[in-house]
Amino acid sequence: MSVEAWTYLLVGLTFAGYIYIGYASRVKETSGFYVAGRGVPAIANGAATAADWMSAASFISMAGLISFLGYDGAIYLMGWTGGYVLLALLLAPYLRKFGKYTVPDFVGDRYYSNVARVVAAIAAMFVSFTYVAGQMRGVGIVFSRFLGLSIEWGVVVGVLIVAFFAVLGGMKGITWTQVAQYTVLIIAYLVPAVAIAVILTDIPIPQLALTFSDITSRLNQIQTDLGLTNYTQPFTNLSGLNVFMVTMSLMIGTAGLPHVIIRFYTVRSVRAARYSAGWALLFIAILYTTAPAIAVFAKYNLIDELQGKSVEEVNEIEWVDSWSETGLLGLEDKNTDGVLEMTADPETSEITIDRDIIVLSTPEVAGLPAIVIALVAAGGLAAALSTAAGLLLVISSSLSHDIYYKLIHPAASEGERLLVGRLVILGAVIVAGYFGINPPGFVAEVVAFAFGLAAASFFPIIILGIFDKRMNREGAIAGMVVGLGFTTFYIVGAQFFDMSLWFFDINAQGIGTVGAAMNFIVAFVVSRVTPAPPLHIQEMVEGVRVPRGAGGADVH
Amino acid sequence: MEPDLQTPPERAAYDYNSPAGKAYWRKNITLIIGLLVVWALVSFVAGILLAEPLADINFFSVPLSFWFAHQGSIVVFVILIFVYARWMDRIDKEFDVHE
Repeated sequence: MSVEAWTYLLVGLTFAGYIYIGYASRVKETSGFYVAGRGVPAIANGAATAADWMSAASFISMAGLISFLGYDGAIYLMGWTGGYVLLALLLAPYLRKFGKYTVPDFVGDRYYSNVARVVAAIAAMFVSFTYVAGQMRGVGIVFSRFLGLSIEWGVVVGVLIVAFFAVLGGMKGITWTQVAQYTVLIIAYLVPAVAIAVILTDIPIPQLALTFSDITSRLNQIQTDLGLTNYTQPFTNLSGLNVFMVTMSLMIGTAGLPHVIIRFYTVRSVRAARYSAGWALLFIAILYTTAPAIAVFAKYNLIDELQGKSVEEVNEIEWVDSWSETGLLGLEDKNTDGVLEMTADPETSEITIDRDIIVLSTPEVAGLPAIVIALVAAGGLAAALSTAAGLLLVISSSLSHDIYYKLIHPAASEGERLLVGRLVILGAVIVAGYFGINPPGFVAEVVAFAFGLAAASFFPIIILGIFDKRMNREGAIAGMVVGLGFTTFYIVGAQFFDMSLWFFDINAQGIGTVGAAMNFIVAFVVSRVTPAPPLHIQEMVEGVRVPRGAGGADVH
Repeated sequence: MEPDLQTPPERAAYDYNSPAGKAYWRKNITLIIGLLVVWALVSFVAGILLAEPLADINFFSVPLSFWFAHQGSIVVFVILIFVYARWMDRIDKEFDVHE
C-alpha cells in the first residue's frame, strides 16, 4: 500500500474513533458540559491533560527547534514541563477543592469582584483564541503535506470533527477523545524515534541512546568540523539571563493557562487532582524526553547523509526529492563544484534544513515502512485536534458561563445554559477555522504574548488567593493591572514597534517573569494598606486548604 | 460594577484555626518549600546557573549540565509530583482531613 493509502486509512480510522467517543459521551447537563461531571479518574485526566497540553507545535516543531538551538533548547524542555510541578503543588488541589467551573469563577469569587471576573474571562478568551488559530493551521498543514488536500479543505475537515465531539459532549466528550488522541500521538512519536535510535546507536530506548551512546559527541564533532559551535555548548543562541527568564516565564505561564487549569476541575477529589498532575507530567515527559533525542539523531543523520556528497549521489536518495518539493529542504550547489557543502554562513551553505522537517522526515530518512509515515500524520492531527478542543471549551465557558450566566442572565435554566454553551463553542470553532484558513501574520508573535499574559495575570493572583488569606480585591486588581500593563507594553513594543529590549536585554518571551514579579509585589503592598477581605472570603480560603468535602462526581 | 456579594458558605465542622488545623497547613507549606528547592536545583541551578562549569563534567557520554537541562530535570519533576501526592496522603490521614 502507498503512503497516501495508509494515511487515508489511519486518519479515517482515528477520526471515526473520535466521532464514536464523542457520540458515546454526549451530555445533558452543564456540569457534564463544563467539567465532565467531575467523574474523570486521575490517570485518564492525566492522559487528557497531556494531549490537551501538547499541541501541533510540540509534536511537529519542538524537536526541530531544539535541534537548531542545541543546549539552549532547554528553555522549551524545562519551561514546558517544570510548570506542572508548580501546578501540582500550588494550584491544582486547591482549585479542585474550590470546585467551580472556570478560572474566572475563582478570580471573581475569591476577590468578590465582577470587574476581576470580567478581566479574567477576557484574558482567558484572548489567550485561548491565540492558541486555537495555530492549531487549526496545524491541521491544515498536516492534511496538505500528507494527503495532498488543500490547506483550506484540511481546516474545514478539522473544524467539522472538533465541532462534532465538542458541541455534543462538551468537556466529557473532549476528555475521552483526548485520552484516545494521547494514545495515537505518543505511539506516532515513539515508533520513528525508536527506529532511528536503533539505526544510529543500537540502543532501542531513545532517552538512553542519547545519554549512553557516543552520538552526541559525534554530532559535536561534525558541528565543529563545519565551523558551527558545539551542540552541547550552553548559551550560544541566547544569553544565560534570557535562558533563565524564558524558562521561568514558560513555567509560570504554563501553570497559569486556563485550558490546563480547568482539566483539574474534572477529577473526583483533591487527592485525584494531585495524582493526575503527576500522571499528566509523566505522559508529557515521555514525549519531552524523547524530543531532545530525536533532535540529536535527526540532525546527525541529515548532515551525515548529505554533507560533502556529490549532487548525483544525493539526488538518488529517495526522500530527498519529496522533501525538496515541500521547500523544507534546500539543496543548491552554489559554487558549482558538484559537491554539496554545509557551512555556518547561510549565504554560502549549500544545504538548508527547515526545523519542521526534523520530526516529519524522520520515518523516511530512517527508511521505515509507509504505515509509520501515515502514523506520524495521524499523530500530528491528534495533537492539533486535542489541543484545539480544550481551548474551545475555555472560550465557550468564559463567554457562556462567566459572562452570560453569571452577569447577564443569572436566572437562566439548565437547558438554556447548555444551549448557549453549545452555540458559543460552535461559533468559536468557526472563527478558529476562519483564522486557520486566513492566519493573521502575527500568530507566532502572539504566542509569546499568551504565555506572558498567563504568567503576569493568572498565576500570581491565584497563588496569592490561596496562600495569602489577607489578599484582597484592591491588591489583586492593582497587581493584575500593573503586571498585565507592563507585560503588554513590553511585548507589543518589542514585537511590533522595534522597541529596544531596554529591560536588561530580556526578550519578549522572557518578560512574563518580570510582569509576574511586579504583580506579586504590587498586590502584596496594596493589600496591606487597604481593608482586609470580608470574613466569609477568609473562611472560603481556609476551606480550600483542606481536602475533605470537595464533593465527588456530580449527581444529576 | 457592584461586587458580587454572594451568600457566605456554611461553616464546616472542621476548625481551621485550631492548633491541629494550623499544624496541618504548616506541614503542607514545609513540604512544598522543600520540593520546590529541589525543583529549582535541578533546573535553574544545574541546567542554567552552573551550565558552564558543569559542562566540563561528563555524565556517561554527555556533559552533566546538558543532561540536566535536556533530560534529568524533567525526570526529577515527575518524581517530585508523585512524592508530593504520596506525602500529602500521609499528612491528610494524620490530621484526619482526607476524603
